[in-house]
Amino acid sequence: MSILVNENTRLLVQGITGREGSFHAERCKAYGTNLVAGVTPGKGGETVLDGVPVFDSVREAVDSTGANVALIFVPPPFAADAILESADAGIPLVVCITEGVPVRDSTMVMRYLEGKPVRLLGPNCPGLITPGAKAKVGIMPGNIHLPGKVGVVSRSGTLTYEGVDQLTKRGIGQSTCVGIGGDPVSGTGFVDVLAMFNDDPETEAIVMIGEIGGTKEQEAAAFIRENVRKPVAALIVGQTAPPGRRMGHAGAVITGKAALASEKMRALEEAGCRVIPTPADIGATVADMLA
Amino acid sequence: MKLHEYQAKQLLAAYGVPVPENYVASSGTEAAEATERLGGTGVVKAQVHAGGRGKAGGVKVASSPAEAAEIAESLIGSTLVTFQTGPQGVPVHQVLVEQTMDIDRELYLSITTDGGRRRPVVIASAAGGMEIEEVAQTEPEKVLTEPIDPAIGFQPFQGRRLAAGLGLPPAQIRPFSAFVDACYRAYVEKDSGMIEINPLVLTNDGQLLALDAKMNLDDDALFRHKAESELRDPTQDDPLEVEASEAGIAYVKLDGNVGCMVNGAGLAMATMDTVKFAGAEPANFLDVGGGAAEEKISQAILLMLSDPNVEKVLVNIFGGILRCDIAARGIVDAYGKADRQPTLVVRMLGTNVDEGKQILAESGLTATMVDTLEEAAAAIKG
Repeated sequence: MSILVNENTRLLVQGITGREGSFHAERCKAYGTNLVAGVTPGKGGETVLDGVPVFDSVREAVDSTGANVALIFVPPPFAADAILESADAGIPLVVCITEGVPVRDSTMVMRYLEGKPVRLLGPNCPGLITPGAKAKVGIMPGNIHLPGKVGVVSRSGTLTYEGVDQLTKRGIGQSTCVGIGGDPVSGTGFVDVLAMFNDDPETEAIVMIGEIGGTKEQEAAAFIRENVRKPVAALIVGQTAPPGRRMGHAGAVITGKAALASEKMRALEEAGCRVIPTPADIGATVADMLA
Repeated sequence: MKLHEYQAKQLLAAYGVPVPENYVASSGTEAAEATERLGGTGVVKAQVHAGGRGKAGGVKVASSPAEAAEIAESLIGSTLVTFQTGPQGVPVHQVLVEQTMDIDRELYLSITTDGGRRRPVVIASAAGGMEIEEVAQTEPEKVLTEPIDPAIGFQPFQGRRLAAGLGLPPAQIRPFSAFVDACYRAYVEKDSGMIEINPLVLTNDGQLLALDAKMNLDDDALFRHKAESELRDPTQDDPLEVEASEAGIAYVKLDGNVGCMVNGAGLAMATMDTVKFAGAEPANFLDVGGGAAEEKISQAILLMLSDPNVEKVLVNIFGGILRCDIAARGIVDAYGKADRQPTLVVRMLGTNVDEGKQILAESGLTATMVDTLEEAAAAIKG
């Protein structure tokens, strides 16, 4: 029916009493997500958002509520600690929205998670949503989504919304939309999500939105060529960016030939993907691919 | 954040990385004094945040203190244009005067974090003094890579393996391993994103030395490095980009005439691409960020308009965290304050879009409202 989040999702929000955390926790709940707990050290015992209990620690929250997905809004200096706390408490899916986490912290976190049954999404990502299950675990506007059978995976936030909006306007619904984030070191990558979409019986086609910089799209292309048996449409943005300049996302620096948009598009095309020519053509290309 | 060579060398030397004797000079007199201390000869190196200094005339050998003074005076206050700076170049405010060396061979060493492996990697090559990207293209077998497990750090066996791969004489194996270890500790403890020693030289008398050093620090980690944050040299960047970064706006100046203001880096790149595909040229990349307030939107537009090349403005806001009504108020505020009002194309979508459109409509601003990227492209062309 979807990947990663669904009707069984029991959401915990770390940093739920902060400005961003409380705003987005409320939005997730309003969309229909089963928000079971919040964690803010020192504020245990309070309740927020019409009866959501707040705990001092993730462990207590999990013990009391059976939370199985953590969504993190704590400030960058404390984000790594928040991820590790959730992992230590045995939460299998941790989604870190926080932007500006030091690369060294992300590196240590990923090293700690190696071999553990914990999946990290982010940091610096918009989260993920399964429209058909009313499960929104992130900061995306819920109302642009439509339940359906196209899986969306992207490195960007607002550009994912753009893609989803183009799909929805053509009546093309989504199974799950996943934003993997733009940081140079992060958890779940394109390949992980592509593999899950490939195995999900309710996902019939995939939209992948990549960027200049790094070689993540090439790795995705190699995986698609070998493993993915569903149609994939792919867009690469930053085709017009000048080399060597950091375009907002820390990962989006063109260094070396492999990082160029043209190289990534060529690799995806050779892997059998439909390359979406411009950002305005996401909806049209997918519609054509599904026709 | 980029560091100057002299700053990088001071930081690295504190970790035990051997560097040639050197002195920073801000005038001809200081350069002459430094050369005196070095025994009468020295290499005078312009301190700029760019590679390719040598070919651009930014590195010169002085055979006397008087000559060092002369070279320093010609460099300080000048603008150096290298293949990395773009035609506008970067200003030189200081030079580094360094001991001359009798070099046996030149090596390459760098440390960076590999996002694919999710860990730091040490890269070394016997082809020192060349661009590593070029070596990787033409002679990939000459590029040695050692991924480091962040849990245990760089290990001596890895140093021995690299030294053997570089063909270093037995006497140099331990010193080389210690050299890399010192660099790695600096890399981790200072939250560096890149340290590049190119060349790392082996002198005729058997010393390993960092002849050049490039180092940058993770901007996101500067909160725990107060002393190092003071090392920033804003004169090396475009003044508009410096102003933007202080306001928390990601801005990169480009050469076109269509100013783009967007929320989110991916959508900003997509917007630039859209402008380009419409046959126009973006004047900038601008990501105003997620939860931007009205003042920040206004500031972003005013900043963009201070680039005299901007003749049209395309605002592309997909409201999520950022609400469209706030964006609209920011636009109205900026156009009210600006001394010129270039043609405005606005595309808004998402949270509070109706309120946003209403604010623009009631403001009296002449804006072309569009709903899709396609329409935005057409409006920019027209």
